[in-house]
Amino acid sequence: MRVVESLSWRWLIGGGSAVVLAIAWYLLTGPLEVLSPVQFPTIEDAIDSLSQLMGPGYAGATLWGHILSSIELVLLGFTVAVATGTPLGLLMGRSRVAHAYLNSIFQLIRPIAPIAWIPLTILWFGLGTAAKVFVIWLAAFAPIVINTITGARNIDPVLVAAAQVHGASRRHILFDIVIPAAMPTIFTGLRISLQACWMVLVASELVGSFTGLGHIMILATRDLNAGMIFIAMSCVSVLGALSSLALARVEHWVMPWRP
Amino acid sequence: MLLPALGLLTLFGGWALVSSLELVSPHFLPSPFVVFTTMVELTREPYAGSTLQQHLLASLDKFAVSYALSVAIGVPLGLLMGRFQILDWVVTPVFEAFRYIPPIAWVPFSILWFGTGFLAPTLVIFAATFAPCLLNAYRGVRLIDGTLLEVAQGLGAGRLRTMTEVLLPGALPHIVAGLRVSAGFGWQSLIGAELIVGSTGLGYMIVQGESNVAPSVVLAGMITIGLVGASIDYVLRKVEDRIRRNWGPSGL
Repeated sequence: MRVVESLSWRWLIGGGSAVVLAIAWYLLTGPLEVLSPVQFPTIEDAIDSLSQLMGPGYAGATLWGHILSSIELVLLGFTVAVATGTPLGLLMGRSRVAHAYLNSIFQLIRPIAPIAWIPLTILWFGLGTAAKVFVIWLAAFAPIVINTITGARNIDPVLVAAAQVHGASRRHILFDIVIPAAMPTIFTGLRISLQACWMVLVASELVGSFTGLGHIMILATRDLNAGMIFIAMSCVSVLGALSSLALARVEHWVMPWRP
Repeated sequence: MLLPALGLLTLFGGWALVSSLELVSPHFLPSPFVVFTTMVELTREPYAGSTLQQHLLASLDKFAVSYALSVAIGVPLGLLMGRFQILDWVVTPVFEAFRYIPPIAWVPFSILWFGTGFLAPTLVIFAATFAPCLLNAYRGVRLIDGTLLEVAQGLGAGRLRTMTEVLLPGALPHIVAGLRVSAGFGWQSLIGAELIVGSTGLGYMIVQGESNVAPSVVLAGMITIGLVGASIDYVLRKVEDRIRRNWGPSGL
């Protein structure tokens, strides 16, 4: 009973705070004129920008065009990072030699923030898809590798020994013991790197691009169009949340034994 | 010992080999020696308006101001949210609404609000560093043994004294861990912001290097960014270890 009561209070107060936030938005930009329309959009500005994006479009495409191009880059970079990061992490986690050899390279490059690679990748690949996928891959790679190493290392050695005694091949040990046991930790890495993907995507689109949500933002900044910035930010935020939800779904599907 | 050295040798040897055999054009990847001499030159001759040290100091300046602001607001708010559930309920929905906005996406509003000068990246750094500061202080308080609080109150400690003498020291290991995480986020976001806006800083320097097609400048800047990021992390890690030893569960 207490739990139910405190839950409903929680929702009530939380909802109240959301309503206050909305009213504050209306008052600050509208009647009180604390924030000028150049600094933050009024609610009507935001709706106007949204309908312009849906209809005639802005910055060279409609909202769907920009969203699709952003999603495509994130998906590409993230997929490549998963496909390269998990095998490398498994290798480094299970083989001491590989870890000793590769870790020094990894630790030397890692402190350079992925965002700092953007200018170099523009020099290498130009402003198109390749440069962005490369940087997104770079950002997503490190968390995946680190967490896969941790997961692959913290496996009960008794399990592996028991399998060996029963004649399991190295392949069997990898696919039936190491990977399933490391899976929860691997997914922790995937969650972190998915967020990093969106961050780096926006950064690289802001620095230079032809389409995408970051492209909307930077053009809107030049046009002093706060409504447009607001809509693009909201879209990034919603897409980030949705992709996290989708990843949680995948996690549940891959590991049905976990609650 | 041998294998890590071999790893580094592969990295630098491979880089030196690829560039000295001219497998790739120097406009694509200059040799490590060129990058090193460029780095030394940059400390003497100004590039994009300032020398390397001046760009570095400008970046650190911007970083310090916003980071300090974020810590000063985030940590106390996190402590209070951990202590008073009402505040937790009020703040959490607002917090959730902003959670999935990547810090770098605040660049446009940061420009509209603070202009393109020194304060331009403020909002971005704040957005990157605020959440880890707040969340770790909050978690630190929530993990404090309730008995400790009861004992303190039983011994007659008021709200303020409970705060300063039980909650703050108890949560300190978590708080410092949060400070370290958020410093890393903040540094990375600052560089991102400098790529887009401003006229000083390491991020600005490398983006200028890019538009002048000077990859050696870009690489020299990237190495400096990496070194500074690693040093910030190293210092905070030392502080964290120390606090964990003196204040952590074993020290209590």
